[in-house]
Amino acid sequence: MAPPVTSRPARGLIALLIVLVGLVAWAFWPGTQTNVRLGLDLQGGTQVILVPKPVTAGATITDEQLQQTVAIIRQRVDGLGVAEAEVTTQGSGNGAAIIVSVPGAEQDRVVDLVKRTALLDFRPVDTLLSPAPFDVNATPAPNPSASPSATPSPSPSSTFVPGTALVQSPDNSVEHQGKVAALDCTNPVAYTGGTPDDPALWLGTCERTGEIKYNLEPAFIKGSNVTGATAGLPQNGIGSWVVSLEFDSEGANALAEASTKLSALPDCGTGVSPCNAFAIVLDGVVVSAPRFNEPILGGQAQIEGNFTAQEANDLANVLKYGALPVTLDPVDITSVSPTVGNDQLRAGIIAGLLGLVLVMIYLLIYYRALGIVAVISLIIAAGITYLLFIVFSKTIGLTLTLAGVAGAIVAIGITADSFIVYFERIRDEIREGRSLRQACESGWVRARRTLLAADFVSLLAAVVLYLLSVGSVRGFAFVLGLTTIIDVLVAFWFTHPLVVLIGRTKWMQKGSRWTGLDADRVGGHSLAGEVVGKSRRRASSEKKTEEVPSP
Amino acid sequence: MSGRIGIGQRLYKGQVSFNFVGRRRTWYAISAIILLVSIGALVFRGLNLGIEFRGGADFAISNATCSVEQARTVAEAKTGSQAIVTSAVNGTIRVQTESLSAEESSVLAGELADLCGVPKAEIKVQVVGPTWGSEISKKALQALIVFLLLVSIFLSIYFEWRMAVAALVALAHDLVITIGIYSLTGLEVTPATVIGLLTILGFSLYDTVVVFDKVKENTRNIAGQSVLTYSEAANLALNQTLVRSINTSIVALLPVLAIIIIGAGFLGAGTLLDLAVALAVGMAAGAYSSIFIATPFLAQLKERQPAMRSLTARVTARRAQGGKGRAGGVDSEGGEGDFAVTTRVDETVRNQPKRVSRSRRPKS
Repeated sequence: MAPPVTSRPARGLIALLIVLVGLVAWAFWPGTQTNVRLGLDLQGGTQVILVPKPVTAGATITDEQLQQTVAIIRQRVDGLGVAEAEVTTQGSGNGAAIIVSVPGAEQDRVVDLVKRTALLDFRPVDTLLSPAPFDVNATPAPNPSASPSATPSPSPSSTFVPGTALVQSPDNSVEHQGKVAALDCTNPVAYTGGTPDDPALWLGTCERTGEIKYNLEPAFIKGSNVTGATAGLPQNGIGSWVVSLEFDSEGANALAEASTKLSALPDCGTGVSPCNAFAIVLDGVVVSAPRFNEPILGGQAQIEGNFTAQEANDLANVLKYGALPVTLDPVDITSVSPTVGNDQLRAGIIAGLLGLVLVMIYLLIYYRALGIVAVISLIIAAGITYLLFIVFSKTIGLTLTLAGVAGAIVAIGITADSFIVYFERIRDEIREGRSLRQACESGWVRARRTLLAADFVSLLAAVVLYLLSVGSVRGFAFVLGLTTIIDVLVAFWFTHPLVVLIGRTKWMQKGSRWTGLDADRVGGHSLAGEVVGKSRRRASSEKKTEEVPSP
Repeated sequence: MSGRIGIGQRLYKGQVSFNFVGRRRTWYAISAIILLVSIGALVFRGLNLGIEFRGGADFAISNATCSVEQARTVAEAKTGSQAIVTSAVNGTIRVQTESLSAEESSVLAGELADLCGVPKAEIKVQVVGPTWGSEISKKALQALIVFLLLVSIFLSIYFEWRMAVAALVALAHDLVITIGIYSLTGLEVTPATVIGLLTILGFSLYDTVVVFDKVKENTRNIAGQSVLTYSEAANLALNQTLVRSINTSIVALLPVLAIIIIGAGFLGAGTLLDLAVALAVGMAAGAYSSIFIATPFLAQLKERQPAMRSLTARVTARRAQGGKGRAGGVDSEGGEGDFAVTTRVDETVRNQPKRVSRSRRPKS
């Protein structure tokens, strides 16, 4: 770790070049996202922070419950079909918070979406269908004879439109069947669910991977009738994982009745109707559709299905927590319109540019040639920051919020501070009588220590803030931490090497007043040893006054 | 021009020296007054907490065509309690009410939209439950404590525990003053303000670390000589880093000023402005405290050490004995290693500037 007396400036510059080229390639790789993801306060949208509360007072929220809740909310939010909608958690246990961000959406929709309790029900399967939509009228189907229902029957001449919303009707009418047939289960909007179904009605919906389409009878058991669900291996230890279910008395009776009826029916398959399976429906989509092998009378059922441990656990969780495992309290709802978001972004960018320009002007006036090095360093630091924003946007899902923008602006000053520490050190070294060449090196060795210590404190603050805080503070802390690291990187690989390089030029060593290191500024021994020509007079007179002992 | 610039050199050589350490009682007194005012304001006036902390609903209507009074009437009729309605420079009307349920806030947003002739979707709405604020505050406090602990450990290892104590005293000083100014001016405290405060932690310490690093360097072998006392060496370090401290503070403040200008001019109240105001106050306080509080306090702590006490005794004895001949002399290549510059701090302050100008002026 001992610093070399003469550094090799080219190394640092090459290292920086490699990093820059790498980042540019990574950030702008064709076919990937090449822009910075903006937070809701900058692009408009709604963010809801939810605090989960245990259903029974005094209980603790387990990680499992939290994950389950997030999974259910995510399923519903995905159902909105909005790209970049996000559900994240912060913290754990009873201090946890769930943050739902939906760009572009209005407050009412999002709040309604997340606050609702999930609906779980069990329905007998009427028919299995292929997932693609088809027009029943196109096939030689039975004539849609005048049905007495209130709604008009579909006119055969109307153009066929595949649907994506689940289909509900009071009975299994021909019209209902037609709509179910038209349901497009290959469309993600149709199979991600999120719309609760009315258990009293017939339901046409999709399996949650979109592979099968179902026409289902009204529910025979509701989620609230399930008292327990566990995943485990069968008692004899043979076979794959199973899910065991327990029901309350109402559920047990309904199960006994339904299983007696259904188990007598033929196995399900395309075109078989009705058949012996029942569907477990969560938030409008089919999670699983097991078959009744025999009547179940004891209120305890076992679902077998060649499950892996993971699948069995997931299903058990769905059954157990069909209704959300926790109650959710929306504690912070923020809704920003795209116009306002745009304004904020613009103001942030303008403030950033203004800040950058002000700092550059100051550095140029005060440090002259060194100031130019500082200005280029700042531009490079800003460029790396921008590239890293893009890279983190696509890798770890960083979103840039207004607080983050503020962090980046504040970082301009902190980054420039490092250069000042270094430049002042160089001046100190020259005052101590060192040549410019030596001063650039030895000044760096000393400045480096100060810089690392000071940046370490900044980084510490950023990391602690990031780990322990919520909401906008986190975004700010992340950006601050990131820019601190960039600051160190630029100072080590760019500012120092460049200063060393220009410190080797004759012009700098002459100590012109445009170097920022001339005798007037630095005084005393300023480069005196190497001074030639015009500047000598000034330098030597400077030296003379210096040596006059104070009376 | 050269007068201003030359000051860096003269400060470095000790030809011009401000007696920061020696006059610590004066600085302490100034700070004590500011701190008392701050604490008094905090106790008697309290803080104007934003809705994120006390719970409430906040509606920002940009390009509103309604008046503040009209908006207030609608909001108060709806909530049955007092509403705070303000109008920003850019025509944005801001309505703040007590905490509402999601449904109530949606209805009120709709009514305000109708009243002010803007689409409902264009209204920026924030609703915060009353308990959430305490949660945020608790988290921020936790972060603060953990950070202070870690940073104390770091500073104790990197420097020594006395420097850690002095740095933290300066930090507390900055935080109290910033909070006090918020209390006095009645500026709203939002999570952005808290972010600003927490950033000051890092920034104030950055300044202090830079100064202490120089103090550490200047005092590395201090016990082995008898020219300077610890206080004098620390004061010299302060003077030597003065230009640096001023420059870093100015450069750090410039972007923050840019945020304040843009924030106030274009956006009215908001995250950017809240953050920048806290930062500006804190950074100014931080620059002051790293010079006037942290180092004098450090010197005070150090002078209690037996080794430093005997050093001070030796220096005093030597000066009494050696007379004034050597004092104030500049011996930059002197054999004292780290003590190339010898300065009688007390004398320099009173006499040196005149002398310096006499000997240097002819040139410029």
